[in-house]
Amino acid sequence: MNTGNSEPKIVAFCCHYCAYAAADLAGSGRLQYPPNIRIIRSPCTGRLEINFFMKAFEAGADGVLVAGCEEGSCHFKDGNYLAKGRVNTTRQLLQEAGLEPERLRMVNVSAAGSQTFVEYVRDMVETITKLGPARHQKTTAKEQQGAIR
Amino acid sequence: MIVAERKTIPELVEILRPHKKILVLGCGTCVTVCLSGGEREVSIISSALRIASRVQDLNFEIDELTIERQCDNIFIEQAAEPIRKADAVLSTACGAGVQAIAERFPEKPVYAGLNTTFLGILEERGVWTEKCAACGACILHKYGGICPITRCAKRMLNGPCGGSREDRCEVRADRPCAWQLIYKRLKDINQLERLKEMEPAKNWNPSLSGGPRMLIREDHRV
Ligand code: SF4
Repeated sequence: MNTGNSEPKIVAFCCHYCAYAAADLAGSGRLQYPPNIRIIRSPCTGRLEINFFMKAFEAGADGVLVAGCEEGSCHFKDGNYLAKGRVNTTRQLLQEAGLEPERLRMVNVSAAGSQTFVEYVRDMVETITKLGPARHQKTTAKEQQGAIR
Repeated sequence: MIVAERKTIPELVEILRPHKKILVLGCGTCVTVCLSGGEREVSIISSALRIASRVQDLNFEIDELTIERQCDNIFIEQAAEPIRKADAVLSTACGAGVQAIAERFPEKPVYAGLNTTFLGILEERGVWTEKCAACGACILHKYGGICPITRCAKRMLNGPCGGSREDRCEVRADRPCAWQLIYKRLKDINQLERLKEMEPAKNWNPSLSGGPRMLIREDHRV
């Protein structure tokens, strides 16, 4: 992921059963949202591990958005609760490493919530723009090999 | 199993600051099971150190490796090459593993990435509790299988202390009173009589006296 310009790069891990569908619906409904988001579809937010978030930041993401089902309506019962705990733990780790914990956020969206999804994305882009780049300019060539492009 | 906890990233940064090439070395045994120092945690700690390195201009070069067991020479051998290439090793094994690595590589700085905390079990998902103090002279048979030394906050051999509330310990309200558990268990197995016997002060010789403990088994030596 190239962090050379000032546009924030945000990775959004979206659950297949809700947020991904909501993003899809936003697209077919022609709802506009900033293009800073790179969506990665996940079978469930419960599949997401702390390493995934850390790797995204390591590879140069300025922010990471985790979008799962509304609490109580996970397709796999409690995947979004698992994700919540992992997101909170990762926020703690980011802070320890010297990055603002606000760079990682979890939101809950239903499959029909295209408008909600768009608002969450706008809000996230606004937060990350205010925070500025995640001070990753010094990325070495070796580290860039595994980076998100 | 041995239970351990990650040191904080600022603590690790302070420990590693003088070095450049760092090998984060995980252990595939106890610390993998207690989710503190296995392959996954090595990856997480390494990522955090790389991010900290960029944010704080530290120039760390972090490599990762996890071996089956750090307290065993056979497995340490597999890490020899990466260890030689590194300026320092951050081991995420228990204290025994860290020292085993340090002994094998006398020229290499080897640091502990974890705080080794206790011998315990997984009580429920994400919760580990202490069960054994490795005192060297087990008395579990007298207490229905519940260790008063480890699980009673005052380590009372002739309890309870009288401070418990309902079934909770007065020192930590989030933990059960070990003596309540002992009473219940002895009752369930028809051994309440045991409580009539006074237990004399414990002989700590097998634990704390005489320096580091050793076990020598003639039947396994040549
Ligand atoms: S309340 Fe029970 S567990 Fe706590 S110190 Fe007293 S006897 Fe020990």
